[in-house]
Amino acid sequence: MRYEIVKAGESRSFPTSHPFLEQAGPHGEGLFYLGTDAGSAFGNGEGHESRSFVAIELGTECLGSHTGEHRGEEGSNVVGFARFRLGDADPSPLVELVRQPGTHPAAIEAARAVFQAAGLVVAVCNDFPGRIVDRLIRPYFNAALRRLDEKLASADDLDKTLCLGLGYPEGPISLLERTGLAHHFRVTQALHEALGQEPYAPARRARVAAEREERVKRGLP
Amino acid sequence: MTTIKTVGVAGAGTMGAGIAIVAARAGFKTIVFDARQEALDRARGQTEAFLKKSEERGKLPAGAAAAAMSRWEGTTALDDLASCDIIIEAIFEDLAVKHQLFGQLNEVCPPDTIFASNTSTISITEIAGGSGRPDRFVGMHFCLPAQLMKLIEMSPGLATSEGTFQTAWAFAEAMGQKPVATQDTPGFILNYFLIPFNNDAIRLVEQGVAEPADIDTAIKTALGYPMGPLELLDLVGMDTQKLLCEAMHGLTHEPRAACPPLVRRMIAAKRLGKKTGKGFHTYGDTKMFGA
Repeated sequence: MRYEIVKAGESRSFPTSHPFLEQAGPHGEGLFYLGTDAGSAFGNGEGHESRSFVAIELGTECLGSHTGEHRGEEGSNVVGFARFRLGDADPSPLVELVRQPGTHPAAIEAARAVFQAAGLVVAVCNDFPGRIVDRLIRPYFNAALRRLDEKLASADDLDKTLCLGLGYPEGPISLLERTGLAHHFRVTQALHEALGQEPYAPARRARVAAEREERVKRGLP
Repeated sequence: MTTIKTVGVAGAGTMGAGIAIVAARAGFKTIVFDARQEALDRARGQTEAFLKKSEERGKLPAGAAAAAMSRWEGTTALDDLASCDIIIEAIFEDLAVKHQLFGQLNEVCPPDTIFASNTSTISITEIAGGSGRPDRFVGMHFCLPAQLMKLIEMSPGLATSEGTFQTAWAFAEAMGQKPVATQDTPGFILNYFLIPFNNDAIRLVEQGVAEPADIDTAIKTALGYPMGPLELLDLVGMDTQKLLCEAMHGLTHEPRAACPPLVRRMIAAKRLGKKTGKGFHTYGDTKMFGA
């Protein structure tokens, strides 16, 4: 399927060249809004109804904040998406494709086909804060940081246990330090506000990292 | 360098049988106790089959299986554990029953025999408190299947002596295992994180966030995990997850550890996971991993 891309700010999903970007054309049946301002660009866009699908790149917000919601029956040919990316790490091959209750199945399948043709793996989810991966891993990461503070075990032993016991390629402490604790703080803060559940409240170490990052940005010692 | 020569394993269930394989395979004389002769017979058969297959696959040198079996001994008499330097308990998770077992072992064994528990949820200090030798008691939590997994979570109780812990640690390494030190807290490291994480995945299904297949795909693709949480739960079994939740939640009262209602409904519908052919996913056979 031919598709076009409207860029609206920096994209966390596609920060560098990728077959998905290269395969886009000036016109197409599908339309992608990419970047931090994708939602605003969608709001200012026209002719969406005539497209096979329209896809908006999401941050931590729900698709409904761009399309609106009504009686649990909302949905059209508009879908949301985000390529999962942990902090400063490269984006993963996973695209979380977001639907609403009334989203047209054909729109989902058309968007899925485009991502898969670009070599990406698609998981479909409904329109909830955190989608699938952030919703699942952020409480686990918070718990790991809290238990490190409580000296359950050393950082190395925490990581080693989860890698040896469950076959994880990298333990949570190492993963968060490598990709950015401050980013974890920002995601969990947004999820905590959206969901109001204690396990999403940013762990102390993530808060300290974000405060430290802010001080460095402001040139403070 | 370990001073341990003879290992006792109390309980010939899945975990006990696996731990005994690890010990016998590593060259230790291994005495497996179970009051049920049929459990011993089953454990011996499984051990022989596993070691033979390991040899056939080149994971053990020729003759190693027979040598390991020559070091493996089953008994229904608790007194036979008197010659052991260390005894690892692997019976079901009931504090009173563990106290009874260790109380009897304390009468039988010489003072320098170290007692260890493979418990995954009960406090080492609490079990040690009823053992008659709390200073010579240590937690050694193996992972399932013990004969394949290298990890042992090693936990000292409040009264465990440094010497006991070091002796048990050296023994774990001598078995070819990889010990990690953890505090004596519910679930230690692995289950403390895994049980709530798996419950969170179940709650995503309950709340209609995504289908099980999409949840597993997302986690495996995003994080490189070898299995999705719902695939893993299907292997663990809903009945086991419920027991783990009850044990963990009963000790910690953490909401994430509470058993999700969907687990109870799946048990009622006999959707236990792979062993019944259907759980979060559907299976063509009911063979379990390692069988």
